[in-house]
Amino acid sequence: MNFDDTPQEAEFRKLARTWIEANRPDDLLAVLEALNPDGSKKASTADIVRVSKAWQKRKADGGWACLTWPKEYGGRAATPIQRVIWDQEEGAYGQLSQPFAIGQGMCGPTVMAYADEDTKRRLLPPLASGEDVWCQLFSEPAGGSDVAGLRTRAEKQDNGDWLINGQKIWTTGAHFCDYGIVITRNDPTVPKHKGLTMFWLDMKSPGVEVRPIKQASGHSGFNEVYFTNVRIPDSQRLGKVGDGWNVSITTLMNERFSIGARVATGVPEFFDFASSYRMPDGTLAIEDASVRARLATWASRSNGLKYTAYRAISALSRGERPGPENSIGKLVSAPMMQDIAMAALDLQGPEGARTIDGATPAAKLYQQLYHAIGMRIAGGTDEVMRNIIAERVLGLPADVRVDKDVPFNKIPTKGR
Amino acid sequence: MNFDFSDEQKQLRDEARRFLDENCTTKEVRAILEGKDVYDRKLWKGLADLGLLGIAIPEEFGGAGAGRLELCIVAEEIGRALAPVPYSSTVYLASEILLRAGTDAQKKEWLPKIAKGEAIGALAFVEGPGNPTPGGMKASVSGGKLSGRKTLVADGGVADFAIVAARAGSGENTLSLYLVDLKGAGVTRANVETVDPTRNHAEITFANAPAALVGNEGEGWTLLTQALDRAAVLVAFEQIGGADRALYMARDYALDRMAFGRQIGSFQAIKHILADMYVSATLARSNAYYGAWALSTDAGELAEAAANARVSATQAFQLCAKQNNQVHGGMGFTWEADCHLFYRRSNLLALTLGSLSWWEDALIERMRKRNAA
Amino acid sequence: MNFDDTPAEAAFRAEARAWISANAPRQYEDDLRASPFGRVVLKNADIIAASKDWQRKKADAGWACLHWPKEYGGRGATPIERVIWSQEEGLYGKLSSLFIIGHGMCGPTMMAYASEAHKKTRLPPLASGQEIWCQLFSEPASGSDLAGLRTRAEKSGDDWIVNGQKVWTSGAHHSDWAILITRTDPDVPKHKGLTMFFLNMKSPGIDIRPIKQSNGQAEFNEVYFNDVRIPDHQRLGKVGDGWNVSLTTLMNERLSIGASMPTGFPELFDLFARLTIDGRPAIERSDVRAKLANWAIRANGLKYTSYRSISALSRGEMPGPENSIGKLVAGATMQDIATFAADMQGPTGAMKKSEGVDEAGLFQAMLMRSIATRIEGGTDEILRNIIAERVLALPADVRVDKDVPFNRIPTRGR
Ligand SMILES: Cc1cc2nc3c(=O)[nH]c(=O)nc-3n(C[C@H](O)[C@H](O)[C@H](O)COP(=O)(O)OP(=O)(O)OC[C@H]3O[C@@H](n4cnc5c(N)ncnc54)[C@H](O)[C@@H]3O)c2cc1C
Ligand SMILES: Cc1cc2nc3c(=O)[nH]c(=O)nc-3n(C[C@H](O)[C@H](O)[C@H](O)COP(=O)(O)OP(=O)(O)OC[C@H]3O[C@@H](n4cnc5c(N)ncnc54)[C@H](O)[C@@H]3O)c2cc1C
Repeated sequence: MNFDDTPQEAEFRKLARTWIEANRPDDLLAVLEALNPDGSKKASTADIVRVSKAWQKRKADGGWACLTWPKEYGGRAATPIQRVIWDQEEGAYGQLSQPFAIGQGMCGPTVMAYADEDTKRRLLPPLASGEDVWCQLFSEPAGGSDVAGLRTRAEKQDNGDWLINGQKIWTTGAHFCDYGIVITRNDPTVPKHKGLTMFWLDMKSPGVEVRPIKQASGHSGFNEVYFTNVRIPDSQRLGKVGDGWNVSITTLMNERFSIGARVATGVPEFFDFASSYRMPDGTLAIEDASVRARLATWASRSNGLKYTAYRAISALSRGERPGPENSIGKLVSAPMMQDIAMAALDLQGPEGARTIDGATPAAKLYQQLYHAIGMRIAGGTDEVMRNIIAERVLGLPADVRVDKDVPFNKIPTKGR
Repeated sequence: MNFDFSDEQKQLRDEARRFLDENCTTKEVRAILEGKDVYDRKLWKGLADLGLLGIAIPEEFGGAGAGRLELCIVAEEIGRALAPVPYSSTVYLASEILLRAGTDAQKKEWLPKIAKGEAIGALAFVEGPGNPTPGGMKASVSGGKLSGRKTLVADGGVADFAIVAARAGSGENTLSLYLVDLKGAGVTRANVETVDPTRNHAEITFANAPAALVGNEGEGWTLLTQALDRAAVLVAFEQIGGADRALYMARDYALDRMAFGRQIGSFQAIKHILADMYVSATLARSNAYYGAWALSTDAGELAEAAANARVSATQAFQLCAKQNNQVHGGMGFTWEADCHLFYRRSNLLALTLGSLSWWEDALIERMRKRNAA
Repeated sequence: MNFDDTPAEAAFRAEARAWISANAPRQYEDDLRASPFGRVVLKNADIIAASKDWQRKKADAGWACLHWPKEYGGRGATPIERVIWSQEEGLYGKLSSLFIIGHGMCGPTMMAYASEAHKKTRLPPLASGQEIWCQLFSEPASGSDLAGLRTRAEKSGDDWIVNGQKVWTSGAHHSDWAILITRTDPDVPKHKGLTMFFLNMKSPGIDIRPIKQSNGQAEFNEVYFNDVRIPDHQRLGKVGDGWNVSLTTLMNERLSIGASMPTGFPELFDLFARLTIDGRPAIERSDVRAKLANWAIRANGLKYTSYRSISALSRGEMPGPENSIGKLVAGATMQDIATFAADMQGPTGAMKKSEGVDEAGLFQAMLMRSIATRIEGGTDEILRNIIAERVLALPADVRVDKDVPFNRIPTRGR
């Protein structure tokens, strides 16, 4: 057991480091982190997208975008472990890739698995290079955890096109995205998992309307997306008609497969904060026994996540598939972020209530108070993650299902 | 044993609830959250007309002359409704301090105005980050003029007067409380945004502002901690009111929302979340009742009972509010759903009057003292 | 709002106090005080004999099973009087643990369903502690899911023949009588084919085998039935109505208000008030305080919650649902506290025998005992379901076994 790179890994790391050294996007990061005089973040969504695209383009030109993708689709054909090494070396600049997380992490792999060769050669390179941004149109008002409960209709037209009507919700980034993958119901008379079909589409298609949703924090990161008679050619179908559920599982598997992807926990921020924050008696917060006791619990959890990721990386390094241990990440980190944010406010006494923006540890912890609400829900709620661990990892039986073999249009829709 | 409110007190609760249900829906709360105004003036007036601002003020000073139990009842309803008004600052803090320590003239000047809704009061004791300590207060008084900076004063932006902790010298027992007319000379204030914009907060700078002593000189820390203890019980009632409503909001959503062909409330993951919320809210209610008893009888155990009520209620409201978000799924993360109103308020109330860890510490210290005695 | 007795309550309390002070078995006082959770150890006396003696004495003076009618050995007292009595009895109440199941569950079930003649003969010796009862409900295949039980009762003339096995039966080894739930019809859905009886534990065909618990003691047993004969007149309730009869029993279990559940907090606080770590009082450490504060509000919260229920009783009303949180909070709190105490005990060697109390033993006993508290009479999970369904009105779990004949319900996983 050791943490050393193999000779090949070391060589790759050196290559990556050298390139990053020569191409450091400090200017771009500065835009991302700039503050207004009142301490609030200066960068608008447009700024964020612009600088992110600039960095992504730089990387793509250097052959450092979507490392594990084949070269013909804009990648580097790198091994999974090389991608991990790249992520480690990219470090804080990785923040600049945030707008592409969904497109490259989920939409790309789905397109790669199901689109025809032509389409792949056309769509994937600009996705890899950041010229096109993609979003994932899965959740609906009636179906989030229960994605298969979705109602957006796709109806086949005489000329072979599909006509889409319905509504998606919580679509992250839809307001600045060029393309999306959308899952629809083509047949409501068969059981829910059987009547679904997946497509990709141009977000500028006539009939697509994006309405930003204001979040609990007051910011807007996700949207409602309405479809009114949106036409999608059959050539944009991903997978077979009625096979959308299996296609979506490919996507979601990729979501949960992004290994080594740093999960935010708030622990380093809290550590920094407590190391410099002075208690009323003049001592540093980190000297206080109760702060230590709590921090120790969190630190060991966050370290546990880190080393769990290392275990997965080691599997990759040996060319194996990592085990299921990675599925604990968000379930551990999201509720912890919420606790940590509350503890940081608590340390400051009444003043903790003051809104602080910006990039200081205290400000990040304050924003985390809101951010954590969304983290505990996005991409599988805490409860759904526990079910997944229980069922897929521990082999426990699935919940009793009342909707499994029932035609979709016979499933009850309203409580009470 | 009669460890419950009386029928008359329960009637008062019904009345207050009816009034707030009509006049303080989340629409009104949002109007303050999103609008320019920093408190709901119409609601404030309505509370005055109903006699709820002066409920615990003796009749000779223009109040209703009811007791602290009645005040607890109203506090719970204020908390339930997330009322965007300076009730806690004016009623639990400013007027309670004046009642206990003010001169007759001070009472005569301010209490009738409070009861009529014509004056808002505040307590200014926070100077920068950290929970209050006697040594941490640097604001000073000399020759009847007060100077210094209070960094976060609840309702400081709208208050007419403030009770200000300041010292006349540098020694140990030099901290006193002073009454300052905030409309008078030497006062500048700037609103401060907090986690819960439905309650006003301001930073107030005093530069030789005329100040009148409240209570005895050198008694500032004692008066302040007593005032915080008493207010802690009342804020605990606000917290259990908020916790209860968040709990039932989550319950109702769990009954309505379907996933996988079932009400989400039929999943044990959700049922157990809600059961745990109920447990926490029930413990907090019982502890708040004990605080209410101690407050209303001025019992020797008040300090301990207050800390006990505060810790329990803070935990319950924070838990119920955050899990209410969780039960709402994606909806819980939107501005449109009301969940975040509770989340904001729960986090604000957890900090005002000193944060949870401070009160936890106080609870054990006070239990220890009693045990030793 | 006040904690005062009404004049009538005060008079009752004075009477109870006077009687107790004249009659309490003071010789056990120290032992009772020092006794760890769930188990009373008397240095110089047999606990069963001592318990029976005290119960007998109380019964003779009219202080046994206070709220039972006089003709069945009770006092015809009000619920609030019963609470006052248990407050006054205090420490000596620990001598009643032998009778908790009999008085709390078997008695009320008998009262509701037995014939008058049986009530008159069986209840007074139960009240006076001369006969001990146990409750034969749980089985290997059914604990939380009580209605999944398999012990068969088949009619034979005027008798029923019982075959099967019960498990976790507290006190079966020293019990004289029991209530027993059986399956009389396996062809109907599970809740419909059950029938309740009471029976003599000395009946031929009963075989009792103590189970050694994880804490090394043996309080509960396996009970085997081999052609055990029960006359039909010992049936409680109608044939096939056993489920409803069992609900009466379990309801009574949850109604024992004022019986405040131990959390271990006072003991822990006591310990920390004296403990020093690195030469400093442990209670001055902020991490210790944070933990203590957390448990304090739970222990206090339970206490004041029971006061709220008592107040309802005092007004002659039914208490609200708030009481349902007791065991759920107490069990988990006790386990956390005991774990923390054990942690503190570690290298500091902090817990020593002091003032005759073996603290290490006390918290160890708690650590082991809390496991059982979180299971017996409804597990934590079942209690959360009950709160969710009965208090918050959430839907019941989706059931796969509800309208299926019992003998068609799947019995093995995988
Ligand atoms: C910040 C953010 C970004 C998002 N981005 C996207 C995006 O880009 N694209 C997209 O398609 N979606 C996106 N989502 C949507 C997200 O996937 C859903 O919100 C999530 O799956 C929950 O679905 P829901 O909101 O419908 O809640 P519901 O499924 O209605 O859940 C409500 C409550 O019920 C519980 N529950 C539901 N089913 C079960 C069960 N079987 N067992 C136990 N408990 C259950 C949940 O845990 C939750 O507590 C985003 C959400 C957030 C918050
Ligand atoms: C000290 C002690 C004394 C006892 N005394 C007696 C006695 O005198 N007489 C008697 O009849 N019985 C007695 N019992 C038995 C007791 O009532 C049962 O142990 C209890 O009801 C749990 O049943 P089980 O052991 O079969 O566990 P199970 O019911 O098999 O439970 C196993 C686990 O599954 C969980 N579970 C089961 N069903 C559900 C559900 N629907 N939802 C969620 N989780 C579920 C439980 O919470 C538990 O965690 C005693 C038990 C103990 C520990």
